[in-house]
Amino acid sequence: MTKVSMTIDGVRYDDEVEPRMLLVHYLREVAGRTGTPIGCDTSNCGACTVLLNGLSAKSCSVLAVQADDAEITTIQGMANGEWHPLQQAFHEEHALQCGYCTPGMIMAAADLLRDNPDPTEQEVREGLEGNLCRCTGYQNIVRAVMRAASASQGASS
Amino acid sequence: MTVSAEIGKPRARKEDARLVTGQTNWTDNIQLPGLVHVAYLRSPMAHARITSVDVSAARGTSGVIAAFSGADFAAEQGSLPCAWPVTPDIVIPAHPPMATDEVRYVGEIVACVVARDRYAAADALELIDVEYEQLSAVLDMEAALTEGSPKVHEAGNKCYEWPFAQGDLEAAFRDAPVVIERTYRQQRLIPEAMEPRATVAAMVGDEFTLWTSTQVPHVLRFLLAAVLGIPEQNIRVIAPDVGGGFGSKLQVTAEEFLAVLIARKIGRPVKWTESRSEGNLAVHHGRDQLQRIKIAADRDGRLRGLDVDLLADMGAYLMLVTPGIPLFGAFMFNAIYKMDAYSFKCTGVFTTKTPTDAYRGAGRPEATYGIEHAMDDLAAELGMDPLELRKRNWITHEEFPFTTIAGLTYDSGNYEAATAKAVELFGYDDLRKEQAARRESGDPVQLGIGISTFTEMCGLAPSRVLGSLAYGAGGWEHAAIRMLPTGKVEVVTGTSPHGQGHETSWSQIVADRLGVPFDDIRVLHGDTQVSPKGMDTYGSRSLAVGGVALFAACEKVIAKARVIAAGLMEVSAEDLEWTPGQWSVRGDPEQSRTIGEIALATFTAHNLPDGVEPSLDSDATFDPVNFSFPHGTHLCAVDVDTETGQVAIRSYVAVDDVGTVVNPVIVEGQLHGGIAQGIAQALYEEAAYDADGNLLTTTLADYLIPSAADLPTFVLDRTQTPATSNPLGVKGVGEAGTIASTPAVVDAVIDALRPLGVTDVQMPCTAQRVWRAINEAKGDAR
Repeated sequence: MTKVSMTIDGVRYDDEVEPRMLLVHYLREVAGRTGTPIGCDTSNCGACTVLLNGLSAKSCSVLAVQADDAEITTIQGMANGEWHPLQQAFHEEHALQCGYCTPGMIMAAADLLRDNPDPTEQEVREGLEGNLCRCTGYQNIVRAVMRAASASQGASS
Repeated sequence: MTVSAEIGKPRARKEDARLVTGQTNWTDNIQLPGLVHVAYLRSPMAHARITSVDVSAARGTSGVIAAFSGADFAAEQGSLPCAWPVTPDIVIPAHPPMATDEVRYVGEIVACVVARDRYAAADALELIDVEYEQLSAVLDMEAALTEGSPKVHEAGNKCYEWPFAQGDLEAAFRDAPVVIERTYRQQRLIPEAMEPRATVAAMVGDEFTLWTSTQVPHVLRFLLAAVLGIPEQNIRVIAPDVGGGFGSKLQVTAEEFLAVLIARKIGRPVKWTESRSEGNLAVHHGRDQLQRIKIAADRDGRLRGLDVDLLADMGAYLMLVTPGIPLFGAFMFNAIYKMDAYSFKCTGVFTTKTPTDAYRGAGRPEATYGIEHAMDDLAAELGMDPLELRKRNWITHEEFPFTTIAGLTYDSGNYEAATAKAVELFGYDDLRKEQAARRESGDPVQLGIGISTFTEMCGLAPSRVLGSLAYGAGGWEHAAIRMLPTGKVEVVTGTSPHGQGHETSWSQIVADRLGVPFDDIRVLHGDTQVSPKGMDTYGSRSLAVGGVALFAACEKVIAKARVIAAGLMEVSAEDLEWTPGQWSVRGDPEQSRTIGEIALATFTAHNLPDGVEPSLDSDATFDPVNFSFPHGTHLCAVDVDTETGQVAIRSYVAVDDVGTVVNPVIVEGQLHGGIAQGIAQALYEEAAYDADGNLLTTTLADYLIPSAADLPTFVLDRTQTPATSNPLGVKGVGEAGTIASTPAVVDAVIDALRPLGVTDVQMPCTAQRVWRAINEAKGDAR
């Protein structure tokens, strides 16, 4: 067992884990942050995407011990009193149906907008290529990300 | 007075609040005191006799609570049920949840481990020793039906043969000026709901609770009781948040049966969650048909006869509705077209592959692809625009209701209107001009146009029709309304949503009918203890059957409220008139009682008329009188790079008629996702097996679900011809996009390439396949 410490959605966690434990299993089963789901076992689907020190990471492809000392933000840490603009936009644009991919989509989109605050539709489509959705055909997800981008642009200008 | 008109409003969804914040309740999230984890060992062989299974090494390992082989369940596990014995002589092989003596596909369960955590369970699987004696795999349907083929089951590889014929086919083909004969293949697909399946089972006293990622909690409860002999009243099935299904969770699975049996054996709650690569082997697959289609027509394009001969791959066993899926085609190959004669035959074939069953569209995408693709081939044969060919044969709007050659009565529709709208949005004529110019100039990137003027049958289903087709259950749906004393409303539905947004749409129906605010309504579902009666969600049935049941329950509430309102106001019930939200005295609207006031009056019950029950609560069970028939025209334009074979969708227009629309945003979302799934079949996805029967596409790295970067923006519009078979006029929308889009895309690809001599490309139309088809047509393929 190996000691790990990390901050998850603003709360500090100290635990001992098997070195092989995946970060996503740590989040879900040790820290109890079940908002981050698992959709595959080959890092293709992106459902488990979180922010690791501010950058998007598929938490199935990171060991918990690799996240030692890291700051993790999951979907459950996105709302701050009120919903994050991406959460709001996903709701308003009907960008989710079953919602299983949604946490990963929103986290990946947050990183995309950090990197490129004013993306074109094509840039959104390419930026979210690592996150799969089976329900929406992506059309409303793309709309939602564009809407959140312009909301944030509006807020900052 | 409340003006409601909630039906038709683009409401944002109630469901989203938990889904966008990560407060979801997926089955895998569930924790219970003492919960332990199950892992299954699955057959690595397509076909083998099990000579021994030794779980003893696993049993002795730290953290392992138990390990079992099929022998441990032999006395109690029964056989997984098939609810649709389509012919009297159908072969329904025994299908034990855990194999005992023979395995028939890679992925069949042979043993399990129960351990304190999922890592320990997975580790201990490696300590189980299974010895197999390999038998011959059976992979090809045509070969499987030949004399001397190795057998999947003792009774042989033919599961059933189901014929249907109407009209004089021989006369239709005799002296027909044009006859085309084609063979198409529907590749095997994997549904790939984003949430992998998971099941938690707990037994307390003699009561079982099963949380499971299912579309069908009610069907599952009934079958657990019927097959395992557990008294039905002692079983509670809960479908918590369910992350997509697309038919894959319209199933009663080995893992669910075994979870119940293991929980009973070890006396602790158990959880099983599959990995994606496990799921690709074990979740039922979809499609997989060989279609032989013959059409006889006149020179002017008028259809004379259609002859369809299908081979349908059942896989290794019959699951819940496996044999019935291809038979939807019997009623759908004739589509929107008039003809003199029609013959349909389907032969179900066993192979040593994962069983097939319902996948979004279930039989209708296959039929729609077959007929729409054949219509394009016929148009090419006739040298006619494929749209013109369709116009010459479709049912015109004046002809509804129309009884088709397959015996269904299409209640409503307007193919001309939907097509005219689509043609305009698409710019059909301009695109045809551009296509001609690019053909003329020998552009290496050719433009292709594909057309799908589809219909489908959904709203499953009139119970009598299901009975006549030997299906094992009815097709009704149930809904109940509970009027709370504060005037708020609880709605209980037998539908079991897994992404469709029933909590929102059902609230809109009730808000519209009862005139209560949308936000005052809560919809309860997916728990047999809360919603004891239901037939669940599949076949685009929820709105067209469950929504209509809810509408009927609203009418009962309104009728009960009338009697009570009359008593409260001391007037005759005949003198009252209903406007959504209240009963008021005709001619004296000041004198009225709101539905909330009436609900409160039933709570106090101080002052009700004699003999009147103090309750507004009502329920209704609706059994549809007919299927519903959404239709539409989908047009797709593709650019095909003839040097690389690369296909790019340039534009996609869909004009759909789904009858009355309760929530246009949800309808659009269903169409977007449905179209994307049909495109996925056309261009990307295939479950591929090697020569030994190993599935090659076990992961999402090998089985290519399209990403955002692979799909275009769809242009949608609607026509609205209400269904006449139900009071809401709704038709259903869950599968329409998937049914429509595959032929539109594939036909566009072929349309681009016909001048090069290409007549068909096997789905999925990958760059390699397209390139190869071009080069084969040139005669220089290597």
